[in-house]
Amino acid sequence: MDIVLENFDRFVQGLTTTLSLTALSWVGAFVIGVAVASLRVGPIPPLRGAGAVYVEVVRNCPLTVLFVVFYFGFPSIGIILPKFASAVIILSVYTGAFVAETVRAGFNTVARGQVEAARTLGLSFAQMLGMVVLPQALRAVVGPLGSLLSALIRNSSIAFSISVIELTGTTFQIATETAEFIPVFVAAAVAYLLLTLPTGLVVGVIERRVAIKR
Amino acid sequence: MTGTPVVVLDKVNKWFDQLHVLRDIDLSVDAGEVVVVIGPSGSGKSTLCRCINRLEAIDSGTIHLDGVPLPDEGKELARVRAQVGMVFQSFNLFAHKSVLANVTLGPVKAKGVPKAAARERAMALLERVGIADKAERYPAELSGGQQQRAAIARALAMEPTLMLFDEPTSALDPEMIAEVLDVMIGLASEGTTMIVVTHEMGFARSAAQRVVFMDDGRIVETASPDRFFSAPETDRARDFLSKILAH
Repeated sequence: MDIVLENFDRFVQGLTTTLSLTALSWVGAFVIGVAVASLRVGPIPPLRGAGAVYVEVVRNCPLTVLFVVFYFGFPSIGIILPKFASAVIILSVYTGAFVAETVRAGFNTVARGQVEAARTLGLSFAQMLGMVVLPQALRAVVGPLGSLLSALIRNSSIAFSISVIELTGTTFQIATETAEFIPVFVAAAVAYLLLTLPTGLVVGVIERRVAIKR
Repeated sequence: MTGTPVVVLDKVNKWFDQLHVLRDIDLSVDAGEVVVVIGPSGSGKSTLCRCINRLEAIDSGTIHLDGVPLPDEGKELARVRAQVGMVFQSFNLFAHKSVLANVTLGPVKAKGVPKAAARERAMALLERVGIADKAERYPAELSGGQQQRAAIARALAMEPTLMLFDEPTSALDPEMIAEVLDVMIGLASEGTTMIVVTHEMGFARSAAQRVVFMDDGRIVETASPDRFFSAPETDRARDFLSKILAH
């Protein structure tokens, strides 16, 4: 316990990094996911296909492998990015594939008749999607999106594999310095739970708030 | 009556795979005319209705709206659709929007009507269909009849040159059918051009200038309501009427 208290500031620092890593990656994943899901139901076949390929490739690869491939791959195609930025991009791209599938499932909850009604009003495909389908689809999948956010918080620990010193990285450093693995990692587990458990509660509240009466 | 055709169908054919659902359909509807399409289920009457605003694409023949051929999917089609109001059997109101927002969405987004003006007109329309007090409610909070009247207001808000009704009362309880038909009879008497697919023979008698009877994808008979109901010319029309009027 003393070891944890002595290194409290470093834990907070690591936690802060995990939080910003998660928050930025979630924004990226959400944008990618909504865009890809929209392309997959859109009127342009090549984009539908591209969306499908992206989703299937990314979500069927282990995240650690993606980290290594992208992080060491970026410089070889002339892109040199800070570790943190690389981690945000990789986590965004990875989680984005799951968000895309979840949003697509949400599309299926919107009655086909409402799409027809939007079309008969003369709305464009983008307007129909943005004003009729997406608002309802997203409300329907708040719960599953919350699970993805929780998974992202935990998955952000893999950024440690490219030496981003977030919560897991910090924990590992402290553990190796002190040789006290168990208390230090138990503290890390508690810290992760402090992020994930409230996330679940907040998501539950949002889910009930935005639910559409049927 | 001006006599200008609002919609003209010429030799329209449509298949669903092997099923020939529309066979050589010729139909012309003049401005201000109310045409009721009746026929047994599976006769193609709903499909006919849905082809006119290209919710279903036709396989051969032509459809002209206000003298212009129906365009392929795209911006131009969206513009044409904005001129054709449609009322569905299942209402299809946007579940996440208030009744008022349902009615203003089309004018604001598809036609660029300023919000305040769209709102004012929407309230007038809701008043006209008798549900102004429900403007801020959500579709699920309304009865079926109220939802359908909201859907009619939504379609009217686009100031369409033609209104299509695809079995507008078929999903309603009997006591709610009357409130929707009243609104439709009001529209008909004001000179709205309407194509109405329905089983409501009373509406056909009181509001239609013409009854089109369909069977097996064909228009079998076209006549004034009086003539059609009192002296149908074809055996199939007689057979159909005997079945629905027997009770």
